[in-house]
Order: sequence, then C-alpha cells, then structure tokens
Amino acid sequence: MPQTPAADAQASTEASFPAAVRDAAVAALIALGLSAPMMGLVPVQSPQGLVLEQRWAPVAIAVAVVFAGRLLLNLTLWRPGRVKRVGYVPPKLEAKLAGLARFLGPLAIAGAVAMPLLPFTERYAIDLGILVLTYVMLGWGLNIVVGLAGLLDLGYVAFYAVGAYSYALLAQYFGLSFWICLPLAGILAAFWGVILGFPVLRLRGDYLAIVTLAFGEIIRIVLLNWYWVTGGPNGISGIPRPSFFGIDFDRGPDGFAATFGLDYSPLHRILFLYYLILALALLTNFVTIRLRRLPIGRAWEALREDEIACRSLGINTVTTKLTAFAIGASFAGFAGSFFATRQGFISPESFVFMESAMILAIVVLGGMGSQFGVAIAAVVMIGGFELFREFSDYRMITFGLVMVLVMIWRPRGLVSSRSPSVFLKEKKAISGSLVQEGHG
Amino acid sequence: MTEPMLTIRGVTAYYGAIAALKGVDIDVAKGEIVTLIGANGAGKSTLMMTIFGSPQARDGSIVYDGRDITRMPTHEIARLRIAQSPEGRRIFPRMTVLENLQMGAAVTQFAHFDEDLRRMFDLFPRLKERVSQRGGTLSGGEQQMLAIARALMSRPQFLLLDEPSLGLAPLIAKQIFAAIGELNRTEGLTVFLVEQNAYHALKLAHRGYVMVNGSITLSGAGRELLEREEVRAAYLEGGRH
Repeated sequence: MPQTPAADAQASTEASFPAAVRDAAVAALIALGLSAPMMGLVPVQSPQGLVLEQRWAPVAIAVAVVFAGRLLLNLTLWRPGRVKRVGYVPPKLEAKLAGLARFLGPLAIAGAVAMPLLPFTERYAIDLGILVLTYVMLGWGLNIVVGLAGLLDLGYVAFYAVGAYSYALLAQYFGLSFWICLPLAGILAAFWGVILGFPVLRLRGDYLAIVTLAFGEIIRIVLLNWYWVTGGPNGISGIPRPSFFGIDFDRGPDGFAATFGLDYSPLHRILFLYYLILALALLTNFVTIRLRRLPIGRAWEALREDEIACRSLGINTVTTKLTAFAIGASFAGFAGSFFATRQGFISPESFVFMESAMILAIVVLGGMGSQFGVAIAAVVMIGGFELFREFSDYRMITFGLVMVLVMIWRPRGLVSSRSPSVFLKEKKAISGSLVQEGHG
Repeated sequence: MTEPMLTIRGVTAYYGAIAALKGVDIDVAKGEIVTLIGANGAGKSTLMMTIFGSPQARDGSIVYDGRDITRMPTHEIARLRIAQSPEGRRIFPRMTVLENLQMGAAVTQFAHFDEDLRRMFDLFPRLKERVSQRGGTLSGGEQQMLAIARALMSRPQFLLLDEPSLGLAPLIAKQIFAAIGELNRTEGLTVFLVEQNAYHALKLAHRGYVMVNGSITLSGAGRELLEREEVRAAYLEGGRH
C-alpha cells in the first residue's frame, strides 16, 4: 500500500515512542548507577567515627531529571527522521554580516576608547575593561600561532609568565623602568618562543599540544622552585607602577596631576593603564593584519593548510614556524609585563594551565583566524566570568555548557568566515559553512 | 644527446626498513617530456618525492642542471626553478584560488606576478572564473588545474607532475595533457610525468620508463613502449582510457 510521506513520518514517530521510553530508561539506569554511590552515600563524621549516611532523595531527583530530559530530547531534537539544519547562515545574510563587520570593527574601537570617559562609567567597569582587553590581546597573540599558523599551543601562558617575570625581575634587580622593560619582555618571550619552537618543529596536532602543555608547566614549576630568584610561591611584590613616560602618578609636586595642573585622583593611573592596554591590543591587531598580507603571513596560513605543499613551493617551514612562535610569544610577553605592572604583584599562581585553556577557548570560540571574533569571544568569556562571580560554583558548568553549545551550532567559532588577504577586483568573504568540517 | 636536465643514478629510498626504491637510474634531457608508469605501489610517487628531498635518497645521486641536489632540503630544491605538482594535488583548501597562485609565486619574489597570472588564466580559463573562490570548493579537475598552475607560477624550467589525471573525467584529463604538451612545445618546459594512465602519458611523452617494485624494468621512446607487448599486457589491456 502506498503511503504519503506525512503518514510515513507519523507512523515512524508513533513507532519510536516506546523506543524513546526504553532509551530514556536505560539512561536513567546509568544515572542511577553513577549517582547512587556518589550522591546517595555520604560519609559523615559522627562520635563513632566515619559513618555512611544514605540520602536517596537527591538520587531520585537526578534519575528523574535524566529520564525526563532524555525522553524529551528523544521526542524532540533527537526524533528519528527530523531534518537537521546545522549552523546554516544564508549566503546573503553572511555577506551582509561581513559588510556590517567592516563598520563594526572601527565602531568597537571607538566604543572602547570612549568607554572610560562616559559619565556613568564606574571604576569597576574600567578595571573590568582592563582585564578584558588583556585577554583580547592574549587572544590575538595566540591567534597568530593557532589561528594563522595552525600550531596548537596549549602552553601559551608560559610566554605571558616570561613577560611578567622579565619586567618584575628587571625592575627589582636592575631598577629598569617599565618603558625599557616592555620591549625587553617582548624580546625575551620571543626568545623563549623560539626555544620552544625548535624541539617541536616536527610535531603537529595532538603531539604538539602535549609538548606545549608540558612546556607551560615547566616554566611555571621553574618559577615556583627557583625561589632565590623568583621568590617561589611567594611571588614578587612591590613591582613599580608604570609612569606616564617618566612622570609618576602620585601626589608629589612632580606627579602626573601636578605636572598637568589637574586635581590628584587615583583614577588617573587606572585610566592610563586602560589606554595602555588598549593601545597594546590594537598594536597586536594592527601587526597581525599587516603580517597577514605579507609573504610571511600567507606562508603561515599555507602552513596551516598543508605543510608538504608549502615545502615543495620553496617555503622554509622551519623559519615560518619559528617566526609564528616568536611573534605570538612576544605579544604575550608585552601583555605579561603589562599584567605585572598593573597588579604590582605576581606569583606562579597567575600562570596556571587554566589560563592557557582560557586563552585558547577564546581563540577557538571566536573563530580561528578571525580578529573580530576573538575580540567578541574575549568580551563574552571574561565579561561573562565576571558576571557569574556571584555563582562561582556554577561558573565552570556554565562555561562548559556554552562551549558545547557553540561547538554544536557554530562549529567553526562565532565568526567563521575568513576574508582573503588579496583580491583581484572586489572583496568577497567566503562562508565557513561552504567548507566541510576538518577540511582546513 | 642534448643537455641533461636531471640525472638519477642508483637511487635507493626507504620507509623504515622497507625499500621503496631499489637503485633507480633515470635521465631527463632539457626540453623533453619523460613519463614514468607503473602499478600502484611501484614507487613512482616515492621517486617523485625523493627528487624533492623528502624522503632523501639513502644511496645514489640526483643531479639537477649540473648541481647535486641529493642532500638538499626540500624548500631549497624548490628554489632552483624546479616545480612540483604533488600527489593528491595538495592545494590550500581555505585559501582562495588567487592566494593559492600567489603561494606558487613566493619563490620568484613576485617579480612577474601579474604577467604570470594572465598566462595561467589563458592556459586554464576556468581558474579565472573561480579566482576568489576557496580552493577547497573547486571540483577535482579544477583543483588539479590549480595545482599545476600554482606549480607553474614559479616559472620553472623543470616541472614534476604526479598523476595529474587521477580521479578526473577523461575529457578534463585530456585537456590537462594538452596543456602540458603545449607548455613543452611553446616554452620548452621540461616535464617529468608520473602516471597510471599509461596510454595518454606514453602518447604525450618523448620517452618513458616502466617501474616495477622500485626498479626500472623497461625504458624507451613513448610510442615504442606503447607497442611493447609487456607494457600493453600490464598497463593497457582492459581498454584505453
């Protein structure tokens, strides 16, 4: 008997209801198995010593939630025969968004410049802005290594640490000022970038990730244990604050306020720090955009796509990789010395793996290689983390959930279109959804 | 005999303990099209890669245009006006056609980029239509054209082609062979062609070599080889492609 497609679908939905219940029941059973020992039995201190207290209510709730949730998903999102539309943005809309992005960039910069001067802006907002911009800068720096050159670096925070400790130690032992240390920190971080780069030249993908992860840990552990130089876990305190090109931000007669005939306000230094990190971040962005159009930038991108093809086109992959590591690291070095001067105190605790993961998450969520996407991701992630400060217990859960959702709906990151670095006539962004996942 | 372009003598190459090339001798003279045919796993592509220094030959010598390139790193070989369109095309999928071509010209420092770009578009008009499209979104034949055009952007005097007809419709394969023949006639480009499509390759080539299990078993003029019974039996029976 011929059946219409609608009737067919109807039949399959009806047939799938018992299957959906069965599937949900299995899930609930697994939930029971997992939650019974973990949630149902709680060791409690009592006069007789440790006793196991049984709490079955939370277990029942967990099992019920899993059963209901799984059943709901089975009947809606996971319904058999449901037509899937994953992350599809119509090309017209994509082109419009790309056009919008061209104005959005300058607009965002103008907004960032004006933000601290607005009458209703509080000091807290400026502090948060400094934090966000630091991560924007780190994201842009890592974007060179991961997004452009395609070298998965899980130890990026090591260069941040090198930058921070460079400034702190040079200031402490040699009394050098921030403005001399800033380029030095960048150079030292770049140097460490090359040191890391050499042993990992032959590695790619997972292997590279593991080695860079280990490198990040090595730097942190050295900082932790080399206590006669770095102070170990106590860190370094009393790091000099930045001066306005030699003029300190203090109440004295030579201070910033007195020199420029202003009333003294502690806000001056905060504002200065804000604009300093804004300038550093924009410098990172500017350099990245310029480099992308130079042969070295194109070589990075080509390296990400196909290393063997690169070599057979006469590109020296050794220097290409090392420059990517060095330039990416140097921006982390700048950001690190900024961090040191802002905090006035640093310790190895600030440079744990979680920081690397955070920066990498910003780059991946933003869309690898996309400058604007990385900036948005940094604002969302760091700003979001701050907003959730009240619910700090749930922060990591929310963070994980957001990651999963973004990877389902926008698997190439928030801004997935890559604008070509060279054009024949007109500019044309290419939709990320046109290229299959995992194919570049 | 005319001036030699490439002289390979007694080259062996290994993947770990497995010998992929067992003492190969090949000569390519300037202005010639030489083809190398053989079955799957005969070592054709390995020889191609060995000329380009990855994997490097364990014994023997490879002399190109009077220079010993046996121990040179790949990227330095690529700077000697020798270009390669590698097996599996290996274009850059996320970069546009134009960017791909630009990468090909990296060796020349972009000295005559615009001129060469026009030449490529004359040779492969399809690429001009697709110039701002991503490499990965091209069809197989277009990707092959792009791979060859990218190799030609470096103005090579010697071109290595690894299976340019692989996975292509017969008509497109024919176009590509025609383009190679034309470059050879008009510009005197020397071509070393690795092919499984023995019929087309031998028809196009001045001379040919047959490789079996990492050794050269036969050589001779292209059309002569086409007539040889053992070649016909091994590589041509079952229809001309």
